[in-house]
Amino acid sequence: MTYGILTAAYIAASVLFILSLGGLSNQEKAKRAVWYGIVGMAVAVLMTVFTAGSLGWLIPAIVIGSVIGWYVAGKVQMTEMPQLVAALHSFVGLAAVFIGLNAELELQSVLGMDEAAREVLTGFALKLAHKTAVEISILKVEVFLGIFIGAITFTGSVVAFGKLAGKIDGKPIKLPGGHVWNATAALACLILGIMFSNDAGIWTMVLVTLIAGFIGWHLIMGIGGADMPVVVSMLNSYSGWAAAAIGFTLGNDLLIVTGALVGSSGAILSYIMCKAMNRHFVSVILGGFGGDGGPAMEVEGEMIAIDADGVVSALEDADSIIIIPGYGLAVAQAQQSVSELTKRLRAKGKEVRFAIHPVAGRLPGHMNVLLAEAKVPYDIVLEMDEINEDFPQTDVAIVIGSNDIVNPAAQDDPNSPIAGMPVLECWKAKQVFVSKRGQGTGYSGIENPLFYKENTRMFYGDAKASLDTLLQSIK
Amino acid sequence: MENGQIIGTPKEIVKGEARVAMTPDSALQLQKLGYQCAIQSGAGVMAGFSDEAYEKAGVEVIKTAKGLWEKADIIAKVRQPETRELKYLVKGKTLISFFNPAGNEEGMTAAKEAGANVIAMEMVPRISRAQKMDALSSMANIAGYRAVIEAGNNFGRFFTGQITAAGKVPPAKVMVVGAGVAGLAAIGASVSLGAITYAFDVRPEVAEQVESMGAEFVYLDFEEEQQDGAATGGYASVSSPEFREAQLAKFRELAPEVDIVITTALIPNREAPKLWLADMVAAMKTGSVIVDLAAERGGNVEGTVMDEKVVTENGVTIIGYTDFPSRMAAQSSTLYSTNIRHMMTDLTPEKDGQVNHNMEDDVIRGATVTFEGEVTFPPPPPKVKAIAAQKKPEVKQLTPEEKRAKEIADFKDATKKQVIMLGVGGLLMLLVGAYAPASFMNHFIVFVLSCFVGFQVIWNVSHALHTPLMAVTNAISGIVILGAVLQIGSSSSLVVIMATISVLIASINIVGGFLVTRRMLAMFEKS
Repeated sequence: MTYGILTAAYIAASVLFILSLGGLSNQEKAKRAVWYGIVGMAVAVLMTVFTAGSLGWLIPAIVIGSVIGWYVAGKVQMTEMPQLVAALHSFVGLAAVFIGLNAELELQSVLGMDEAAREVLTGFALKLAHKTAVEISILKVEVFLGIFIGAITFTGSVVAFGKLAGKIDGKPIKLPGGHVWNATAALACLILGIMFSNDAGIWTMVLVTLIAGFIGWHLIMGIGGADMPVVVSMLNSYSGWAAAAIGFTLGNDLLIVTGALVGSSGAILSYIMCKAMNRHFVSVILGGFGGDGGPAMEVEGEMIAIDADGVVSALEDADSIIIIPGYGLAVAQAQQSVSELTKRLRAKGKEVRFAIHPVAGRLPGHMNVLLAEAKVPYDIVLEMDEINEDFPQTDVAIVIGSNDIVNPAAQDDPNSPIAGMPVLECWKAKQVFVSKRGQGTGYSGIENPLFYKENTRMFYGDAKASLDTLLQSIK
Repeated sequence: MENGQIIGTPKEIVKGEARVAMTPDSALQLQKLGYQCAIQSGAGVMAGFSDEAYEKAGVEVIKTAKGLWEKADIIAKVRQPETRELKYLVKGKTLISFFNPAGNEEGMTAAKEAGANVIAMEMVPRISRAQKMDALSSMANIAGYRAVIEAGNNFGRFFTGQITAAGKVPPAKVMVVGAGVAGLAAIGASVSLGAITYAFDVRPEVAEQVESMGAEFVYLDFEEEQQDGAATGGYASVSSPEFREAQLAKFRELAPEVDIVITTALIPNREAPKLWLADMVAAMKTGSVIVDLAAERGGNVEGTVMDEKVVTENGVTIIGYTDFPSRMAAQSSTLYSTNIRHMMTDLTPEKDGQVNHNMEDDVIRGATVTFEGEVTFPPPPPKVKAIAAQKKPEVKQLTPEEKRAKEIADFKDATKKQVIMLGVGGLLMLLVGAYAPASFMNHFIVFVLSCFVGFQVIWNVSHALHTPLMAVTNAISGIVILGAVLQIGSSSSLVVIMATISVLIASINIVGGFLVTRRMLAMFEKS
């Protein structure tokens, strides 16, 4: 197989990947788009495998990996999607680290060879053999970057996985000294990197792997569960940049293209998420809420509870209903119940819609996927900007398991930690029901004046159990 | 709870009053608050609630009024208490009832001297939180509805227009004066019966509410700065003589056309304004009906006789009943008892069956007219402003010129920023290009272009598909497998092992990522 054909295959794969991402602009096109991605990937891998020549280890590894991937993807629950995505990111990071280390090992062995030995080299080693001195030092920088980013992605994703899966406590935890550790570690990596490009040997890279791994761990440990949408998309971005760095190392354009696509995709998602929370990316990554500007506004009034009968009669009377799902819906696995409720209410001729805040859930678009799983038609699931103006004409707004994204303090209280964050203005509806487990504050620990409003009633209980009691009365 | 206080409701003693302040339903709710309930035998009969029904709901039925007043700690009733009822009041008892404190000096003094606490239901402040106990509104609602029914009862024709085999029937024309709660209820009832409905109110801001009920608002050709109704607790205020003239002229013009007039105009603590004068009544067609809901305060109509129905010389029926809610005793008792129950809920924050008469609470303070031997009427203005709260200072509207100037300035800023960024970026590129070899620059072009393509493409991704986007980008970032595939042919076994692991996990990534994306996308369904 010649270089020309391989390049042609890579071009085809790049185009297919771009189409695949572009196709996600709407739900119908997306079903076709994912096939572009699959075909592109198949073309790229097959072509590379055939040019690589050595199949002995390759085929079993691919087959075993595919089977595991197939099994996991088939088994995972939609509520577990955030942790799955995080886990998969860690694989990319780890692979990048290994490939970077390999590149250095190969480079050393190639450099040690004499002219005759170089003649018979194949594959990657062949490419290395033709490099000039300047190219080699650039290569070293690339290797360093690949390993550094890869290692952060790996441990960061593992921690994110642990937090999302509930295996690690979701609260932000930092070593005493906080970000001094991260800064020191990053500086150490930089020094090691410089030593590495001056031929200090592979041990520097192994050390970089460990230190960068520490940074990833410490960084993500320090970020609270509510900020996970940003973290996951950031790690997504990192895994892309790591792939791009590896692409530079190997001189492989397809890797560079794909890495850049993934990297920019993750960066944009992080940006969108941060904007949705009205926070700076840096302050999210450094963890915790920004400085406090003064005492929070006093909340007046009381929380008034309501029982299922009250909610049912209000729903029976209402013509237009907006449901605002949040992470609590995912935790309680209540998506089927809410879907059933929607179906029955719609059958009675009521207008039922869903309002989705960009950071609802633990993953960008998390709520959409959950509702889709429960077969809620996607054309009644609307974004914040599409639906926010409709609340004043709405009879009943139901808040299920969300808190900060419906907190009026973001608009009313300049001293609130979430001041300025765009929120769903559900309190403008004639009546608001909040399904919530107890009286406590949400993840961010901020008091929510919504719960004290005169048109708000608290419907305490687990989201799924609460919805199921409603379903008993609404036939 | 056995040691909860007792709420008792006596039989109303005013003649013809059919309402009752406690229903079996409300008794059940009151018991949930920890109270015990008692009722005088026969109190609910006229409203359709038998003693048995009360007993079934766990209410103790007491034979005499005296026995009930003595036993109950809290007495809930409808009508302002008569002198002989006031005699039963003793220290520590709480009375919840209509009380008319402004015109009932004697009653207040009696209650004060007895040391009883009195909550007057008509004094519940008009703030949103208190709506659930606003008995005036719930009674006015019934009165408005009933007014239309009474009018229909005395009106010899259909409300709705019909074209039948036996000829064409024109629709009735109904005029509602005063679009408060009663007026709006009357409009609703009249519109739904099919009549052409007009409505008038001195507060032009209610025009929208009137129109939302399906009636036509009658506008006057008159320019005057009207006081905002919200400033006077949602009630109308007295209007200027010029305004009144314009208003009467309009009514005079309409009088020959309309078949039914329902007047509901009341200004708090004043005699009802005369709005439908004798000449208007005379101008109306024979068979027309006027219902005057303000009859208790002298009436809006010249010729109204309180509590009676009169027919004028030209055959117009004027109804001056004052007991409309009582004429629908079952409905009004249900609503009134619910108002009472909400009042009790606010008085019992602990749900322990003990009244906590919190004079700091705006609603409770506002409604209380005597408390622990003191007259507490009139109440201070509520802390929470009535009706719509103060508007926030509005964002200054920019003039078109200012807007344009701002746009230009913004555009200039953005251009400046972009040029600077491009400049810095270009410089960096030059710097890299000056030192890096050609092979690197080739790849670098590809990298930078891909980033741009990525940015352009991703912005268009629909919000709802962000999770599939992550899954698919995750799958394609498995492309690092290529690197491992290229390295796996190495002679070093360490390299082979690491490459093999990389291939394995990258494969998991690719297959898992794509499959899960497909699974997700397949779920999205259109309705």
